Amino acid sequence: MMQVEKIRQEFPELGESVYGKPLVYLDNAATSQRPLSVIRKWTELSTKYNANLHRAVHHIADVATAEYESARVFVRDYLHAAHREEIIFTSGATASINLVAFSFGEAFVREGDEIIVTEAEHHSNIVPWQMLCGRKGATLKVLPVDDRGHLRLDLLPGLLSDRTRILCVSHISNVLGLVNPVREIIRICHEKGCKVLVDGAQGIVHEAVDVREMDCDFYVFSGHKVYAAPGTGVLYGRRSLLEQMPPYMGGGEMIGTVRWSGTTYAPLPQKFEAGTQNMAGTPTLVPALQMAQAMRDPAVQDEQEKIKTFIINKLKENTKVRLYGVPDSLEEKIPLFSFSVEHSHHEDLALILDKLGIAVRSGQMCAEPLMDRFGVTGMLRVSFAPYNTLEEAEYLVKSLDRAIKMLEG
Amino acid sequence: MKTLQEVQDEVVEEFSMFDEWLDKYEYLIDLGHNLEPFPEELKTEDRLIKGCQSRVWLDAAVEGDRILFRADSDAIITKGIISLLIGVYSGRTAREIAEDDFSFVERLGLRENLSPTRAGGLASMIETIRETARQYC
Repeated sequence: MMQVEKIRQEFPELGESVYGKPLVYLDNAATSQRPLSVIRKWTELSTKYNANLHRAVHHIADVATAEYESARVFVRDYLHAAHREEIIFTSGATASINLVAFSFGEAFVREGDEIIVTEAEHHSNIVPWQMLCGRKGATLKVLPVDDRGHLRLDLLPGLLSDRTRILCVSHISNVLGLVNPVREIIRICHEKGCKVLVDGAQGIVHEAVDVREMDCDFYVFSGHKVYAAPGTGVLYGRRSLLEQMPPYMGGGEMIGTVRWSGTTYAPLPQKFEAGTQNMAGTPTLVPALQMAQAMRDPAVQDEQEKIKTFIINKLKENTKVRLYGVPDSLEEKIPLFSFSVEHSHHEDLALILDKLGIAVRSGQMCAEPLMDRFGVTGMLRVSFAPYNTLEEAEYLVKSLDRAIKMLEG
Repeated sequence: MKTLQEVQDEVVEEFSMFDEWLDKYEYLIDLGHNLEPFPEELKTEDRLIKGCQSRVWLDAAVEGDRILFRADSDAIITKGIISLLIGVYSGRTAREIAEDDFSFVERLGLRENLSPTRAGGLASMIETIRETARQYC
């Protein structure tokens, strides 16, 4: 508890009030709050070292470039990737996936090929693949989930064929909060020669990620969900694949030489970093990921486990509540809970909770196919970060009861 | 019969009696629960108001020179808000509605107390009522 209180001091937003009530921020899966270390780095680069990267010979450009490139080395080490060239900076997970869908698609996907996504994906991990299939005349296949929200791994071998080029799966679903068995999925896919992209938008926040141990071909995440500045993101890609993929966008640092007779491209990673980069934002990934690491402190994790147990039990006790993403064991669930309440619309609940100072998410959570799967127009989602407390969880449950009573009239 | 202006003043006055927003919500929830039942067969795609996070259906029928509105929503606070709106505009002439500036909605203070996505939904509701009236002018 002491440890969590100390961490909270680092996040100024958590000390704010809304409608005269202390803010209880439980929409962390949408975006996380930022610690002072990130805000300081961001401000320092904006006020003292604002220069375009890589080319200029002047001092402040040198500093800005050094910050940016040392962030790349830091991220490589953080993900335990083999090479710095395997870390591509983007504007977020969505941009990373679009990059792979385009460039991997150009290199490896032909008419009649197949791509697999799961039923629990965020739109950002569905639509780019639909667009690719449309361009190439490829087929998109869907790996379903069962009624509790678990991926139907038993159906995977039947879906894979020698035409399946890539499977795209979230490390942790942003709706179900279940940690997917990505290692097993990757093993099964690789046996068939199918590559795997893992969407780590939620995974990077709650798990220690080792891309070599995971053996994924691509791992993507956004900075803003893991305490960094918005408009930052990472694409990890296996070097041998990235080398075979053509650039996504042209211009800026991605060139070798430009002639009217033709242009050559820069080597990795610049080949995929066209245009001016987020020079103040991207280096904040360093203090942000350091914060994520610090939050793996046993005392903080202990509070997280208490929150999970408390919320799961309270939701189970309430017979009107239907939870989506029901874990077999607490280890496979992050403290993210999407549910619906009989006779109470998710939007009404969110609106009343808001007035009680609690920020939650309601709606389709960018996962319409999953809403259809469960036959709902939307859900209410509460997502905790390691800086949230059991006390906040208790206040949520009390407030939820109050909102339900109000709505039932 | 009271003028449109008088009805609007009454609604604004009644709504302003509640100091706390939670009390205003209670009031809207009550209105929502008491809204006249909406026939299931009228819940069609063309009656669905675009731009709301929850689903809102609005039906308009003409009786003489007056427009009668009926509405429903799957979210109860939204249903309360639409109930407030049709309470004011249903039974008015097309011209009265089309010429109204809908400023009473501002006086209710609803817009600034709904999140932007919901305020967008409120704007869509108002726009649909206004457009319907214009068609009958």
